[in-house]
Amino acid sequence: MKGRSVVEHHVLKSLLGAWALAACTQEEAVAVEEHLGGCGDCAEEALRLREAVGLLHRPDSLDLDPGLRTHVLDGCLERRPPRIPVPGWAAAYDAETARLDALLRDMGDSEWHAPVRLRWFAGEDATSRRTTVAGVIAHLLSVDGLVAVALGLDDPLGDAGARADRPTPAARTEAYWRASHFPPTRSVRTPWREQTHALVRTVSFTGEGTGGPTVPYGDFELPLPDAMLDRAFECWVHAEDIARAVDYPYGPPAPRHLHGMIDLAARMLPGVLAARRRAGLASPARARHLVTAGEPGRSLRLEIEGQGGGQWLIPLDSPGAVGSAEHEVAHVVLDGPEFCRLAAGHVAPREAVAGQVGDREAIRDVLYAAASLSRM
Amino acid sequence: MAKKGAPPHWDRRMRQRLVRGEAAALGELYDRFASLVHGLAHRVLGDERAADRITREVFAHVWEHPDAYDPRQGPLRSWMASLTHRIAVQRLRSTGTAAQARDGQGSPEALELRVRRASAAARADYIVHSLPAPLRAALELAYFQRRDYRQTAADLGIPEDEARRRLRLGLQLLSTAHDTDSPGTPPGHGGAA
Repeated sequence: MKGRSVVEHHVLKSLLGAWALAACTQEEAVAVEEHLGGCGDCAEEALRLREAVGLLHRPDSLDLDPGLRTHVLDGCLERRPPRIPVPGWAAAYDAETARLDALLRDMGDSEWHAPVRLRWFAGEDATSRRTTVAGVIAHLLSVDGLVAVALGLDDPLGDAGARADRPTPAARTEAYWRASHFPPTRSVRTPWREQTHALVRTVSFTGEGTGGPTVPYGDFELPLPDAMLDRAFECWVHAEDIARAVDYPYGPPAPRHLHGMIDLAARMLPGVLAARRRAGLASPARARHLVTAGEPGRSLRLEIEGQGGGQWLIPLDSPGAVGSAEHEVAHVVLDGPEFCRLAAGHVAPREAVAGQVGDREAIRDVLYAAASLSRM
Repeated sequence: MAKKGAPPHWDRRMRQRLVRGEAAALGELYDRFASLVHGLAHRVLGDERAADRITREVFAHVWEHPDAYDPRQGPLRSWMASLTHRIAVQRLRSTGTAAQARDGQGSPEALELRVRRASAAARADYIVHSLPAPLRAALELAYFQRRDYRQTAADLGIPEDEARRRLRLGLQLLSTAHDTDSPGTPPGHGGAA
């Protein structure tokens, strides 16, 4: 009899956790409760475990307000100015990668495989490539890798990076996708995020000036500060692609960051315009004489409305010319997000909603040039 | 109970970088711990805006006094949790006291009880967070998914007695959240600045 109750005590004690959680059968619960009446040890533990159940709490799935990061960090840096600040031109990249990471953190396994269509504009036409959410992050990882390599960090593509004929963003992305036997999964988040942190950390040591290396993109190159702005822009554009694919809301960047991105696009337009002209895709330069570098030339006024907007005078006939109000031949007005969608190749130039007056050819050329800024 | 991917090396290096005044390190610190800090503060204060404020205070404190953290005392994660806990409880107590003084609402005893409850709840969250994964998985199934211990065992591919053991052990660890001399005592490690 004694032996049996010792066994019973042992078995019933082992049931206490399941009992406290109401995770055993009715018969087991009754047996436990009868036992508690006569066993002080078990009764004490049972009470304790029941109270513990009361502490279980579904974690509030509070999405941290993405704007909080900037507030917290700015507050800190005001109280103790950093000895090694993040350069102003890397702030947009720092903020946009943090925003995208917050979106990724809450995504379920299946959402990582949601289809996403990458869209851009090549020559005269819209083009696209099908991938998944994880594939988009692999794309960002591969192309951010251009900056990593320029800074002397490891190439996320490893040997495959060196084998790509020309290190264009598209070639690197395709090389990365090809190199893995399986489609990318959520595991791509960690290397992507580690690289974004490594980039911000490393550029902090190059200082605020523009003394860093230039970043080769295969067909062109950008100074490091502009490359970081470009990567911030791409990060935002693709975060929107992802958010749309999984039906999450996603807002625009902070106005000062948006302004930097628009400014980069505006500064790149004259060069793209010249390249399109050489390729016969834009109307010939109209200047009677070649505009001397640094001289004012025929210009289009690009007015971007809304937060982060502003006005830019785009020289039309030579990338070396200086935009000039006296030589203004056309004026285009777009709102910020619409201009960014155009520059991202997400809206066709002829469909861009723009107020326009002046030389229609100049306007067409500039809108097409803006769309040509987009790439995979 | 350091979280995967946060080796002590990372903690030591982070401290070094913060001491050196590297803003990029502060960003990484935020990215790793903001949801822990905000979650604990929210659990104590039950208010989103108040949790935002505590988050600001905690990171400002770490940024201004990075050498207050001693890696030999334990992981940075626990230290951040203690610090958050302490600051949030202080806030709860001071706003409660101020409300009493202002409109005479509530007794000091009622406030003390509230502080004690909020403290235990926050400690419990932290404990659940840091439980070994097998225990957390068992509790998750039995409590949140309403599976009984036999189903839990089947779901996890473990014997039934092992499922019973994990549920009991998980709750035993969780119940230590109530063990405290004073409600302000942080979980695990003391010594938060």
